Parts: sequence; structure tokens; C-alpha cells
Amino acid sequence: MHPILKLVSQRLALGLLLLLGASALIFGMTEALPGDAAQAVLGQSATPEALENLREEMGLNRPALTRYFEWLGGLVQGDLGQSLTNKLDIAESVGGRLSNTLFLAFWAAVISVPLAIFLGLLAVRYRNRWPDKLISAVTLTTISIPEFLIGYVLVYFVAVKLGMFSPLAMINDSMTLGQKLNSIALPVIVLTLVVLAHMMRMTRAAILNVMQSAYVETAELKGLTNFKIIYRHALPNAVAPIVNVVMLNLAYLVVGVVVVEVVFVYPGMGQYLVDHVTKRDVPVVLACGVIFAAIYIGLNMVADIVAILANPRLRHPK
Amino acid sequence: MSDTLLKVRDLKIGATVYPPGEKPHDIEIVHGVNFDLERGKVLGLIGESGAGKSTIGLASMAYGRGGVQITGGEVWVNGRDILKTSYGDIRKLRGGEVTYVSQSAAASFNPAKKIMDQVVEAAVEQKKFSRKEAEKRARELFAKLGLPDPDNIGERYPHQVSGGQLQRCMTALALCPEPDLVVFDEPTTALDVTTQIDVLMAIKEAIADTGVAALYITHDLAVVAQVSDDIMVLRMGNTVEYGNTDQIINNPQEEYTKALVSVRSIEHEEKQPTPEPVLSVDGITARYKGLNFDVLHNVNVELHPGQTLAVVGESGSGKSTLARVITGLLPPRDGEITFAGRKLSSDLKGRTREDLRELQMIYQMADVAMNPRQTVGTIIGRPLEFYFNMRGAEKRKRIVELLDEIELGEKFIDRYPAELSGGQKQRVCIARSLAAKPKMIICDEVTSALDPLVADGILKLLLDLQKIEDVAYLFITHDLATVRAISDSIAVMYQGRVVRYGPKSQVLSPPFDDYTDLLLSSVPEMHLGWLEEVVAHRKMESAGN
Repeated sequence: MHPILKLVSQRLALGLLLLLGASALIFGMTEALPGDAAQAVLGQSATPEALENLREEMGLNRPALTRYFEWLGGLVQGDLGQSLTNKLDIAESVGGRLSNTLFLAFWAAVISVPLAIFLGLLAVRYRNRWPDKLISAVTLTTISIPEFLIGYVLVYFVAVKLGMFSPLAMINDSMTLGQKLNSIALPVIVLTLVVLAHMMRMTRAAILNVMQSAYVETAELKGLTNFKIIYRHALPNAVAPIVNVVMLNLAYLVVGVVVVEVVFVYPGMGQYLVDHVTKRDVPVVLACGVIFAAIYIGLNMVADIVAILANPRLRHPK
Repeated sequence: MSDTLLKVRDLKIGATVYPPGEKPHDIEIVHGVNFDLERGKVLGLIGESGAGKSTIGLASMAYGRGGVQITGGEVWVNGRDILKTSYGDIRKLRGGEVTYVSQSAAASFNPAKKIMDQVVEAAVEQKKFSRKEAEKRARELFAKLGLPDPDNIGERYPHQVSGGQLQRCMTALALCPEPDLVVFDEPTTALDVTTQIDVLMAIKEAIADTGVAALYITHDLAVVAQVSDDIMVLRMGNTVEYGNTDQIINNPQEEYTKALVSVRSIEHEEKQPTPEPVLSVDGITARYKGLNFDVLHNVNVELHPGQTLAVVGESGSGKSTLARVITGLLPPRDGEITFAGRKLSSDLKGRTREDLRELQMIYQMADVAMNPRQTVGTIIGRPLEFYFNMRGAEKRKRIVELLDEIELGEKFIDRYPAELSGGQKQRVCIARSLAAKPKMIICDEVTSALDPLVADGILKLLLDLQKIEDVAYLFITHDLATVRAISDSIAVMYQGRVVRYGPKSQVLSPPFDDYTDLLLSSVPEMHLGWLEEVVAHRKMESAGN
């Protein structure tokens, strides 16, 4: 078997195992919380008899392990259970929300990843000169300001004062792509500003590290221009660390956008999760937790696999 | 009209240094060097580390490595002073008119790109050839340089070819754009001697065939004597002597050049074996964890008290593995080791403090074998405390004695490793091992990282100390000249086996086995035409077979 195939399938198996562990952890943690679904439905003033009856009805009296595997079995078949509060099928209501969140994350990534790598390359090209310092200063500033503040500042100045873009990022299926993009422009900008610094600095550091190598000197002595040296000879060898940090930030774009979604009243997963946490809707929290875990693990697995593929020694064994 | 390609006048080069505990300041490392190089000629730049030879070589491409800067003088290439020309012109010069072959091709090739892409890059970038023409030329050069499968080797990645092959690929890379001048910076230094000779011949023929001029930089006078027309001897940024090769080798004028030519002149009379060896290695077979083959096969050697056993072989021959087995770092699969009359535990954990004390080790890299934050006194004092419980004045007295023995003296006691030269560092390591009053010291390539004259000093010191302390050395090296200089008996290793073993006089006298013959005849000798003689001799032999 080709060593790459072996390594990649190992990573895949490991990812699945990790996901299984994460699901058990999430389930266990909601179990450990005081109160349960029956308590949540009936509220504080419920009589013990009513609680007991409801528990019997909902099957909550059975051992946790049995319930876990039932839940897991449903999960595998795409059945995320039912919301306690509105009795809707979770998979259905999450579906639309998830695609909204991914839509937002996708456009934020499309802008921020190439921009971050380009700025990183630029910073290396002009290292320790003013462009480098400017890029570092600006990106550090934007990462240091809380995202809700950037959000409100943008809403006030860009949307309210300048009248560009919508202050609320409401989207629905009847909108055209252009309308949707216009609508999510502000949250995309906020997210981009938040994730830019991390990726840009990693790109800069990874490439600078590679720039010390003898083969970069060889490239210099071939009379290549600085930019060609950086992207032809340094970048290919800095892919692994860059992809790692890019994937971490992509994961953040999906699971960490709660605050931004709330600021812009965007109908995504974050809003949905926050709404149901306040209502103690355990099945929804469970479902969201597992989806977030899957996205995190999936993206990091992609990073691992890209890092493996980027290694010529593994791609082309002796 | 003179046919001068490269004219260097009063070249001065400086660098910023960052000494520990002091403010960074600028120093001059090359102090006004002059030379001329005609088209198609080869000039050898020779000197020890710090002589400025690589720096001068790179200056002919208007390049300063790290913080190095050209501070004055003129460097004329093809009729223009490249220190005064535009950056765009310098980029055309680099990779077009002047190209570079580095010491370590393994590090100088980009691991993520195919060899062919890198070999033709400069030629295509400088618009000397189209990609297609360049590739054709590259394949011709691969063939000329004796690379296997020249039509397809370019499709491989650097890690898929051997070190010697990669060094030839680097030469092809340098020759591909049809430059006027190639700077060869120690191109064979990192290779085994048997590989070096082939690469050297390939380079020499390529230079002759293409008519390119070359600067050949090396610390090995015997090597440079084989390829260059003229030689410039450099020392600490100054020209010591500059003349044609014949004169420098056969009639050196300066003391320093004479010392370089006559280096490796240590005479050491072989001692007779004693009845009781201090170390005997019996039937050692060993392998590393995770490997499914043995790296040592049934190794048997003996070392007598106060004598030196040289273990010689090329990289991968298993000589360092043998040291690991003897020290207990790698328990063998089979066989046993007897030391000072007692059987040694195969595992380090099973050894007594006395075992550890009597068997010391000195390493190739003195730099990394010392804690940079401890003074020389602390470093040498540690075994005195540890093994002999010495404290205070008694300890200090012994440290000073040891410092005197290694010819450094008391003034070094409070210095830090960073303040010492390479040779001084190695001396401190020797003192540290002697502090334990060992019966035997394993010396693993202890002179390989040092300049020849410094290495000579270390070898002389080791021989003197052997007389005083009556200590035995197991001397691991790839350098046959070193072996000649200090050993009483020799074990030649090849692919994990001892292929030849016995007293020095016997091992180094014919009839030889094939491998020892190859090894011995590959060591460069300090006379003109040696390379051709060896190559012709080998061709004749292989024709005879």
C-alpha cells in the first residue's frame, strides 16, 4: 500500500474515533448537568409524580448508556431528535441554519484566507520595513478589539452613516446571490478582521523560517526576484504550518461566530444555539455540539492530510 | 586584449558580530584581496574556516551571506564593476554569468520541487534558453557528469537520489545556463572519500569540456591541487600566498603554506599488543529498534591498554553504532563486551559507576557536547565532583592541572564555551573525559569538524596524553590520514562488518582486499596529477577484469 494512502486512512480512522469520543463527552456532560429534559419541560414547580411520569414517557429512566447508544444510532441515520420547546425535528430546523452559517463562513474564508496569505507574503518581502510593520500593527489591532465592538462600529459608520450595506444580516431563500452577499457584507468584514492576524502572522513566521534555508540562498543566487523566491521556493515548504492555522481559523468561522451572528441578527447556528441554551433545550444543544465537533475535527483532519500530502518524502517515496 | 573574466581589487568585506555580553559591532573579515581569473581557468581559494574564502567566492556574485557586507574594493566581471551596477543587473549576473555550487547539495536543493525544475530554473529565468532547450542541455549535463539514467533522473525529487548524485546535479544546475564562471564552494567536502573522487573527476571534466572558468573553494589542499591552475592561500581574510598550483604545492614560500602542505606529518610508532586487552568486543550483532536488518554483523575487535584502535569506514558503515554498543546506549542482539577484565552489562542501566568512569567518550561536535551556560571550570570540574567527590581548592587545583595538560592554562577556567575556538572547545572536552581518569576513551570523529592544522594539534595532544595517562583510545574516523597518524591497530568497517583488522603496519600494507584498496587509493594525495593517475589506474583494472 502506498504510504500516503496508509497515513491518510489512519488519519480518517482517527478522526472518526475522535468524533465518537467527542459525542460521548458531549452526552456525558449534558447528563451531568443538574435537572433533565423532564424538569426543563415541566419547570421548577412540577410535582415529583408529574416528573416521574414524564420521565417514564420520555424514556429518561433507562440507563444513560442505553440512551446514549439510542441517540448515537439516531445520529448516524441523520436523526438528531426532537426539540423540547417547539417539538420540531432538530435535523430540519438545523439544516437551514447550518447552511446559513456555512454560507457566511465560506465567504469570510474566501476573502480572509487569500488576503492573509498575501499579506503574510508581503510582510516577508518587506520584512522589518514599514509595510511589514504596518500589516502587523493593523492586523494585531483588529484581532485585539472584541468582535462585537467592531461589529457595532461598522454598523454605525458604514451602514447607518454611509448607508452602505444592511445593518441587519437577514437572508432568506428568495434572495438572489447578490442580495445575499450585500446582506452579509458587514459580518463577513468583521469575521475577516478577526481571523486575519492569526493566519497572516503564521504565514509570515512559517515562510521566514523557510527563508533561512540553503535552498532559498540557491534561489537568490539564481537571480530570481524576491517575490518568485518567496512563492516558488519558500511557500511550498511552509504549507503544512500555514494550512494548520488556516483550518483552525475556518473552524472558528463556523463555530465561533455566535457573537457576530447575534450582533447582526443573522439566522445561523450560533443564534439557534444561544436561543435554545437559554431555554435549556438539551437535545438541541446536544445536536449543535456534535455538529460543531464534527466540523472542528473534520477541518483539522483536512489540515493533517494536506500536511501529509505537502511532504514530498511521503508523496514520492524512494 | 587580455582575456580577464574576473578581476578583484582590494576587496574588503565586513560583518556585524554579536558577541555574548557585548554590544553588536562591525568587524572586517576580508582585508583587501586582489586576484585575476582568465576565461576557462580555475583558481583555487584555500584556507581554514574563517579565512574568508567562501565570502570572497560569494562576493563575485555581489552576494553577502547573513549579515555579511562588501565594504570596499572592486569586483569586475565581464568588464563591469558589479559592486557599482544596478540590482537588476546583479540579478542577471547571478544564475546567468556566475553560478554557484554549494557544499551541501542536500540542503541547497528545494525538497518540494523536482530536480529538473530546479536545474533549468536559472537558465529559463535568465532567458538564456527556452524551457525545452534547457531541459535538453540538462540531460546532456547529467550524462556528462556520469549520473545514472540521465534522461529521467530530473523527474525525481532531491530525497530520491544519493548525496554524491545530488552534488553532481548541483554541478549540472550551475553549468546549465552556460555561465562564464562557476563558484564551487567545498563541493566534495560532505562526501565520502570514495564518492568524492568520482564527483571530483566529473567536475574536472565538466569544467574542461564546457570551458567555463571556476573559483574552487576548499580547505583541502590535496583536492584543490587536482583541479586548479592557480591557488590563492588565505588566512583570516588576508592573502598569504598566490601563485600557480605547481609552485604552491612543490615550492611554497610562506611558512603557513608550508605548514598546510606538510600537514598530516605526525609520525607514530606502532606499539606491540599486550597479553591482556582492556576492551574486547566479541561477536557483536546489533540492530536499531524498528529496523528489520542488522547494522552490525558479528564484530570482533580488541583494544590494548595505552594503545589506539582506529575504526575506519564511510558513512553508514556502522562505526558509530559500534561506539553506541560499547557505551551501552544500544544493547546488542548478540555477543558480549569485556572491559578491564570484567564482562560489561549490555544495557547502560546495568553498569556500575566504575564502569562509567573508566569508559569515557569525546564527540565530533564539541559545541553541542558542552552546556553553553557553564564555564570551562564547571564543565571540567563536574566529573571530579561526581566520581572523586573533590571540592573547593583540591578540585580547582586538579582543574588547573588538566587545563595545563591540554595546553590551555588557568586563564581559561572562567571562560564560557562561546568564547573558545573550535579546537579549544575540543580540548576542553578532552580534559573533561580525562578528569574521570578513564582506562579508555571513545573518540568519535573528534577531528572531523576541525581545520587540518587544528586537527593536527588535537591529534598530537591525544598522543601525548596517551603517554602520560596511559589511556587507550577507540578512535572512530572516516579519515585515513588520521588513522595513519595515531593508530596502533586498525579495523576497517564496511556495511556493518569488519572487513580488515590487525596491527597498523599489516592493515596498511598490500595485499589489500577490494574495499580497503578502494578506500586507500581514494584519499587525495598532495601531488599534481594524482586524480588522473587514480582514475586511469581504476579504468585499467576494470578493463583487466
